[in-house]
Amino acid sequence: MARLFENSAATLLILTVLLVWQIAVIVSGISEFVLPSPLQIAIRLVEERWLLLSHAGVTAFEVLSGFLTSAVIGIPLALAIFYSPIFERAIYPVLVGMQTIPKIVLAPILVLYLGYGWAPKIVLAFLISFFPIVISTVVGLQSLDKGLVNLVRSMGATEAQIFFKIRLPAALPNIFGGFKVAISLAVIGAVIGEYIAADKGLGYLQLQANSQFDTTLNFAAVVVISSVGIGLYSILNWLESKVSFRRERAT
Amino acid sequence: MSPNKAGGAIGAAVTLANVSKTYATREGLPVQALDAINLEMTPGSFVACVGPSGCGKSTMLSLLAGLIPSSEGEIRIDGEVVCKAHPKVGVVFQSDLLLYWRTVLGNVLLPLEIKKQRTEASHDQVLELLKQVGLEGFADKYPSELSGGMRQRVALSRALIQEPGLLLMDEPFAALDALTREKLIVDLEAMWLRLGNTVLFITHGIDEAVFLADRVVVMSPRPGKIVLDLKIEISRPRKWGSAHEDPLFLGYVRQIRKIFEAQGVL
Repeated sequence: MARLFENSAATLLILTVLLVWQIAVIVSGISEFVLPSPLQIAIRLVEERWLLLSHAGVTAFEVLSGFLTSAVIGIPLALAIFYSPIFERAIYPVLVGMQTIPKIVLAPILVLYLGYGWAPKIVLAFLISFFPIVISTVVGLQSLDKGLVNLVRSMGATEAQIFFKIRLPAALPNIFGGFKVAISLAVIGAVIGEYIAADKGLGYLQLQANSQFDTTLNFAAVVVISSVGIGLYSILNWLESKVSFRRERAT
Repeated sequence: MSPNKAGGAIGAAVTLANVSKTYATREGLPVQALDAINLEMTPGSFVACVGPSGCGKSTMLSLLAGLIPSSEGEIRIDGEVVCKAHPKVGVVFQSDLLLYWRTVLGNVLLPLEIKKQRTEASHDQVLELLKQVGLEGFADKYPSELSGGMRQRVALSRALIQEPGLLLMDEPFAALDALTREKLIVDLEAMWLRLGNTVLFITHGIDEAVFLADRVVVMSPRPGKIVLDLKIEISRPRKWGSAHEDPLFLGYVRQIRKIFEAQGVL
């Protein structure tokens, strides 16, 4: 009930902001290419749905490819860091240090090496989403109570049983936390890549709109980029509710 | 589960012969936790072990659970030398260590899953056991929905489902409030009288040790040595309510306190 109220309160806030925006645009008589009204943006979204959708498909593909590559490489690496002291001492500090490098500055260099296609965008999405996945997975694996390990050892558990029965389930909230941060960052990586050099994708569409002073289309692209992010985030949320018991419920 | 309707059949015989344990500290200096412990527990007996913090009580428990190897000496459970986790041992720790993502039922089934002993009948066995520990109707609850005392009852059930010949309890009631603790002490005695496991109960509480045990073993500060092995001859079932007025009970408690006072622990 409280949750329902919370959500409807948030919806109300958004609607109020849109309404004020709409009224302000009408009352001030500001021109569309300076600031379009929400209604104008909505109409444009419908009119240009096929154009927007085709570019959204490109961007979503880049985001998802980068993210999945991060997960596929990041999780085994996190396991290696957790289980091998050498990996932990050699690689983990380097990774944490590299976390502080803004990956976006690599975008022009990636274009130089990988050209104008989807490859540099996927690599950028991968680079930017890789670190949160590795680090939160390692933290999740380390978070397990030592007492729990002793408990299941006293039951004669093997290392594999310790991993699958307790360590992995206990790490899942952290892993999904990392995934959610990573997917939002992957969207940024892909769009930045499209800003640098591209001939399709929502970032490219925004630059096109800019060069034609088509502010409304630009805003429409922003709405679609946000929707891509929200959609992917929601899929992760749903997946988490299927495989992981949230810690919030345990407090 | 009815392992022991016949009476005392599942308790294991436990022997510690000249057991010592020396740890290496982080700086590489050796620290002796246990010094030449000799202890024989007859099948079905309830032995309590009291001693000051850091006297090696928990080390003794870890050795019996097969979690760490001894430096010297030999531990046997029903004649078998303990070198790794022994299938006849069940452990209850101070913290309940329940898995928050599993229901009560799932938590109690955990040891059976690990030991690959889970069968069709396991579900009903757990329900029956939960009934015995006073948790009827709680099988589908999550640990977060239970009080501290109830959680510790689940932890006890998780140990008992293994039908342990030796039940190890490491300060199981230390984290509970006074009233809950008293209730659990009384229920534990009743449970043990019914089941007949051999129990090693480690505690700081002199009163709960004397109340529960057939024998109280008192340990010295580190390196832990047995300084008193006291047989408690109070008839069972015992009464917690009147125990603190029973001269016999108070005599035992005083005897143990005197040792702690002499050692400067109290």
